[in-house]
Amino acid sequence: MGLFDYFRSPPSKSAALAKERLQIIVAHERGSRRSSPDYLPALKKELLEVVRKYVPIDQSQVKVHLDREGGCEILELNITLPDEEQRLGPQR
Amino acid sequence: MATVIVVTSGKGGVGKTTTSASFATGLAQRGYRTVVIDFDVGLRNLDLIMGCERRVVYDFVNVINSEANLNQALIRDKRVDNLYILPASQTRDKEALTKEGVEKILNELKQSFDYVVCDSPAGIERGALMALYFADEALVVTNPEVSSVRDSDRILGILASRSRRAEQGDPPVKEHLVLARYAPDRAHRGDMLTVEDVLEILGIPLLGVIPESPAVLQSSNAGVPVILEDGSDAGAAYGDLVERFLGKDLPHRFTMSQKKGFLKRLFGGS
Ligand SMILES: Nc1ncnc2c1ncn2[C@@H]1O[C@H](COP(=O)(O)OP(=O)(O)OP(=O)(O)O)[C@@H](O)[C@H]1O
Ligand SMILES: [Mg+2]
Repeated sequence: MGLFDYFRSPPSKSAALAKERLQIIVAHERGSRRSSPDYLPALKKELLEVVRKYVPIDQSQVKVHLDREGGCEILELNITLPDEEQRLGPQR
Repeated sequence: MATVIVVTSGKGGVGKTTTSASFATGLAQRGYRTVVIDFDVGLRNLDLIMGCERRVVYDFVNVINSEANLNQALIRDKRVDNLYILPASQTRDKEALTKEGVEKILNELKQSFDYVVCDSPAGIERGALMALYFADEALVVTNPEVSSVRDSDRILGILASRSRRAEQGDPPVKEHLVLARYAPDRAHRGDMLTVEDVLEILGIPLLGVIPESPAVLQSSNAGVPVILEDGSDAGAAYGDLVERFLGKDLPHRFTMSQKKGFLKRLFGGS
C-alpha cells in the first residue's frame, strides 16, 4: 500500500460481503437444480424406444421436463404423435 | 444460416434493451444483415431506444397472427444499412407469443439475415422463455450487484435446461457475460463487486464491460443507440464488445479506476 493511500478512507468490506453471500446462495440454488436431471436423458431414450414399438416418432417429438415447485417435483412428459397418414403409411 | 442471439438477464432494468440496440447496430455497421426483435410484449421499448417509434405500423404479434407479413412489420433503420427492427406489440395478451408462432417467424428471418437478436423482457416467465428458447447464443446482461448476479445464474440454469438446444440434446447455448453499469471507482473502493468477483461466481466468458455512463441516458433521450455516439465511453465499450463477439481478441477497457491519485491531482499530469 502506497504512502498516499493513508489519506484515503479504508477500503470498504461491502463488496466482499456481497460476494460471500452470493457464493452461498448460488451454490445452494445450483445444487437443487442439478440434483436430479442426470437420469432424464436415459429416461427419455427408453421412453422413445417404448413408443417406437407402436408409433414411428423421432427424438424431437419426446419432451421430458422436470420442475420444482416448493417441495414438490413435477415430471412433465410431452410426446407428439405424427399425423395419421404418416403413421399408417409405412405399415400398410 | 443465421445465428439467433438472446439478450437476457432475469432481473429488470439492467441494460438488456440498451445492449440489444447497440449490439445489433454494431453488427450491422460491420456489414452483417441484422434484425433485432423486441420480445417485451405489452411494454415495447426497443423502438424508442432505436428512435423509430413513429414508424411502427405492424408488430411481432401481428405477424404471428398473420395480420401482416414480415416485410410490412420490419422497420429499416435510417442510419445504418443492413439493420432492421421488429417491434413488440402493445397488446396485454401475454399468450400472444406462441412457440409455434415465434418459430415460424424466426425461421423466416433466418432465411435473409445473418444475425437475429432477441431483446428479452425481464423475469423468467413466458416472454423471457420465448425469447431464449430458440437461441444459439446468449448475452447475459448483469449488473455488479447481488440480485442481478443471482438472477443471471438462474437464467444460465434455464438456458441449460429449457432452451430448445437443451431439450433436443444439441450443443448447448453459447453463453457470454455482459457486465453493464460498471463503476470502476466504486469497485476499486470495495463498495461494488469487481469484474473478477462476478466472473468467479458466474463462471462464463466475459464478452464486455460497459461502464456506468451518462451517455446512455443522453442517447436514449435522442433515440440513438449509444454505440453510435462517437467519443462516448459506453459506446466504445459496445464497439469492443461487438468486435470480440466477431472473434477479435481485444483487451477490456473501462475496468480500471480513472480517478487520479492524490499526487497526480496535486501536481497535474495525466
Ligand atoms: N451503462 C449504463 N450506464 C448508465 N445507465 C444505463 C446503462 N445501461 C442502462 N442504463 C439505464 O438503465 C435503465 C434500464 O436500461 P434498459 O432499458 O436497457 O434495461 P432493460 O434490462 O432492458 O430493462 P427491462 O428489464 O425493463 O426491459 C435505462 O434508464 C438506461 O438508460
Ligand atoms: Mg428492456
